[in-house]
Amino acid sequence: MLQKRVIVCLDVKDGRTTKGVKFKNNIDIGDPVLMAELYYKQGVDELVFYDITASSEKRGIMIDVVREVARKIFIPFSVGGGIGSLEDMKKVIMAGAEKVSVNSLAVKNPSIIAEGARYFGSQCIVVGMDVKKDSSKESGYGIVINGGRTPVDLDALQWALQVQELGAGEIVLNSIDADGTKNGYELNLTRMISGSVKIPVVASGGAGKPEHLVDVFREGMADAALIASMVHLDGFTVSEIKKLLDTEKIPVRL
Amino acid sequence: MKIGVIDYEAGNLTSVETALRYLQADYIISGKPEDLEPCSKIIFPGVGEASSAMNTLKTRKLDSFLDERFKANIPILGICLGCQIVLEESEENNTTCLGIVPGKAVRFPDSLNLKVPHMGWNQVEIERDHYLFEGLKNNSSFYFVHSYYPLLADHTTAVGSTDYGIRFSSVFSYKNLSAVQFHPEKSGDAGLKLLENFINYR
Repeated sequence: MLQKRVIVCLDVKDGRTTKGVKFKNNIDIGDPVLMAELYYKQGVDELVFYDITASSEKRGIMIDVVREVARKIFIPFSVGGGIGSLEDMKKVIMAGAEKVSVNSLAVKNPSIIAEGARYFGSQCIVVGMDVKKDSSKESGYGIVINGGRTPVDLDALQWALQVQELGAGEIVLNSIDADGTKNGYELNLTRMISGSVKIPVVASGGAGKPEHLVDVFREGMADAALIASMVHLDGFTVSEIKKLLDTEKIPVRL
Repeated sequence: MKIGVIDYEAGNLTSVETALRYLQADYIISGKPEDLEPCSKIIFPGVGEASSAMNTLKTRKLDSFLDERFKANIPILGICLGCQIVLEESEENNTTCLGIVPGKAVRFPDSLNLKVPHMGWNQVEIERDHYLFEGLKNNSSFYFVHSYYPLLADHTTAVGSTDYGIRFSSVFSYKNLSAVQFHPEKSGDAGLKLLENFINYR
């Protein structure tokens, strides 16, 4: 049967992996290529690289990172951050990424999802959604952009259905409320979105210990779970997380 | 012992190429039959939609090339879309395919209420011995991304199967042609081993 995926996310700035809490106070934690190799050896199922490089003249560095990663690891990985056009997508895919992830720029220009899906196929197009509790929205959750700072007039559930309709192949569902808390994923949100769409949903934000992944697979109905600081900074390994999932009878690749 | 990788603009060949380079295989990637003619083995990869893939194959005369190579007993490895195109037909836009292997590609039925595409890691249960799986454990996991699956007319061609709501043939082999529905080039050590087995065959 289809196995649940454990995905490690690396935020990359000027060619280095960084980690911040709630998108602030980023610290340098290493070389993304070496880190990718380490997690690959630990049995990670997939990797996500978010380019958070601010200046446009340094954006080419990310393509070099992608090319280098593609030479060394043989599992799917996606690249996101600042992707706003078909040209941007082509660059990362041609450099060896399996998927490309769009977020804020897809909110501003949803047609990029359809364009990308037509050109590369839906399986290549991931939509990242930053979601925050918002009681004024019908589903109780709204979309925020620009790293969680700017709310927009979009219901999270409606947006998830819309991106599926536009041809997205997968959703990375990031809870801004849970992100950085290490108290666990937003299970209600994950279950609601995952139960409503027909494309895979990757839960993101809030993982602090391996048990949180058990919860998000069992109760949140997630297809995959994104982790970052747990393995970057808190000493957990991908292998021990997957071992626990296996013990808990959650199907994973060992 | 050069391996020819068929380029017919169906998806990105970067990952297939990086895997072959990593395995130090002698390979060439081309969309021209004359370049691929001298190769002693053929990899037929692909991601995308069946009818446009068939059109490109015909335009480049790669359809007849593949058929000739098959008849010449050259080992061929189909990957993903390549594994569907070698069948007789595909439900995807009712496409007539190459017809090298009896069977057709069919869509995962809506009635199963599955997430489609079938995307992620899933296990392959080996049903009969085959050189591609030499040194690989039964039920090893591989990376899949597809909405259609091979429905073989002759089940004796099946090599391995995978369960996604239904059990389908994720690996088959017919004479000198073998095909896998998953992506060995994206399936970690197990996938690299499978590719290596193909490279080292004979």
